[in-house]
Amino acid sequence: MIRHQGMVKCGKFIAEDYSLHDAFLKRVIETMGELEGVLLAFGYMTTQCTINKKFDEANATIVGNFSGAVSILNHCANYFECRGGGFIVGISSVAGDRGRQSNYVYGASKGALSLYLQGLRNRLWPKGVRVITIKLGFVDTPMTFGKPGLFLVASPHHIGQGIVKAIQKTKDIVYLPWFWRYIMFVITLIPEKIFKRLKL
Amino acid sequence: MEVELSGWGRYPRVVCNVVRPEAQRDLRCDTRRTIARGQGRSYGDAAVNQDGEVVLTERLNRFLSFDENSGVLRAEAGVTIDEVLKTFVPMGWFPSVTPGTRFVSLAGCLATDVHGKNHHHDHSFSRYVYDFEMLVADGTRRQLSRTTHRKLFWATVGGMGLTGIIAELTMQLRRIETPYVIVQDCKARDLDHVLELMSDQTWNDQYTAAWIDCLASKGSLGRGVVSHGHHATCEELMKFNTEPPRVRERKGWRVPWNQPSWLMNSVTAHMFNTSYYHWKGHKNEPYVVAYDTFFYPLDRLLNWNKLYGKDGFVQYQCVLPSAESRDGLKELLEEIRGAHIPTMLAVLKRFGDSQGGLLSFPMAGYTLALDFPVGHPDVFSLLSALDLIVMRHGGRVYLAKDARLSPETFRVMYPQFPELLEVKSSVDPEGKFNSTMSRRLRMESCA
Repeated sequence: MIRHQGMVKCGKFIAEDYSLHDAFLKRVIETMGELEGVLLAFGYMTTQCTINKKFDEANATIVGNFSGAVSILNHCANYFECRGGGFIVGISSVAGDRGRQSNYVYGASKGALSLYLQGLRNRLWPKGVRVITIKLGFVDTPMTFGKPGLFLVASPHHIGQGIVKAIQKTKDIVYLPWFWRYIMFVITLIPEKIFKRLKL
Repeated sequence: MEVELSGWGRYPRVVCNVVRPEAQRDLRCDTRRTIARGQGRSYGDAAVNQDGEVVLTERLNRFLSFDENSGVLRAEAGVTIDEVLKTFVPMGWFPSVTPGTRFVSLAGCLATDVHGKNHHHDHSFSRYVYDFEMLVADGTRRQLSRTTHRKLFWATVGGMGLTGIIAELTMQLRRIETPYVIVQDCKARDLDHVLELMSDQTWNDQYTAAWIDCLASKGSLGRGVVSHGHHATCEELMKFNTEPPRVRERKGWRVPWNQPSWLMNSVTAHMFNTSYYHWKGHKNEPYVVAYDTFFYPLDRLLNWNKLYGKDGFVQYQCVLPSAESRDGLKELLEEIRGAHIPTMLAVLKRFGDSQGGLLSFPMAGYTLALDFPVGHPDVFSLLSALDLIVMRHGGRVYLAKDARLSPETFRVMYPQFPELLEVKSSVDPEGKFNSTMSRRLRMESCA
């Protein structure tokens, strides 16, 4: 690639096609050579209102954010475990830290992903494989562009830099931007008796 | 999504509906009122569209191909000069023409046919663009060059986005040996001295510009500092005894909030101008600077436009033909001095011949650019007076900086506008591509 002087190859990946994920990973290794690490960055988000009316959308959210991720990362985990090293970075969300009325299915899928990555980290640590969970706040992407109620929106460039630093510093769970760790700390401390009355 | 947008001068500010394509496949022109916007660094209302659509091209910022031997770059419209510098200066390449800020898109550079401090040598941005691809009103794409769709090519160069949305372009970069510039500053006691230094063949360096003190006393009218520069070769750098400055990515400072309007007044402006004149002109020998210091000094203060307060400012940039420059500039400076409106950043550059863009700004002569705070009660009457002087001397005002020109004045200054309108009508019969500027100037017809 011109900007960063690295090799870039493109291929098609379909999150819900679980049966093809093994072959996909094999094709990637064949094309790129031995992998140093993987970054999982796909996801799906629609409005809670839409999900309330259509279970298909709820299912697509769960598949796009969790099941599809588990499927491909299982194969990656096995690969790196055999290799005895490497890293897996999974992009999750602060929405997974607590269920909120505005996006609880999305939050649940990301929360599930965070838990999965946590377990994977525990499993792969003795094998020398690092698993990093990136919990993102609001990021300026097509998913969020034009949506009301967003604040402190970060640029993709800033997030990318944060992910690289997290890999270099062998972090476990990273909130990006950094202040979301403290915002979510406060959010998770609110007693349920009070939280259930809020309109977050 | 509806947002309030403005140009760099923050005047005017209008509510627009924005869309932001992430990739070429998302680029469309579905509405009747559409204009493209890069980084929004034109000063006035060229890239805003009241009650209309603005297509943000910032995510169309991919490099598509680069030939390391020839320096030919193909890039998407939203790539900025900043990204070009960060990627290619380390490889020994530099933009052939660059404006005074790095935070502009390549398509914006082409649509305004930007110029730099080297126009008298190297002409304007379009000179180094081989071809480009543009989305036109019927949704199709055209490949334009000097030989293919020639009329539309020249209507789009400097055409302020009114013929379509530039999607990609091919341009030539310039080879450099080092990221440094060798600069020589010369103090000039008045305007005649400035013009003498700028046209002196001894100093006919690659890049030349002058800072002018517009508030100097009558006897020193137009005093300033003329700076010459050229890209340093390795051999030249070796001759300097001192270690060259570090070239590093600087984050820049930010003005934290809108400054009060009283900050920019005649007293502070006069103090700044006097200090700057003596400080800038005190070095008599050539010296070495990193390229960003020479080309982009204002970019260190990332949002310096906030210094003019919430009312914003207008930049007035005009060009006068060579034969009229001396007299015309004197009249302009006398008019400005008499108005007692604070102005600090007045820059004079030499232009070579124009290139061919139907609404391109440069012509052989001299160009003067000044900033004025909008909040001052006399500023618009001053600018109208300056328009009359410019028109009388056969010059014109730069549309990329303009926020208040009248339709009548525009038509006198840009006699090729009817030709542009004819070309535009052939590709955009319904007039889909328009902006707050084009409606202000009544560009939908010749009348």
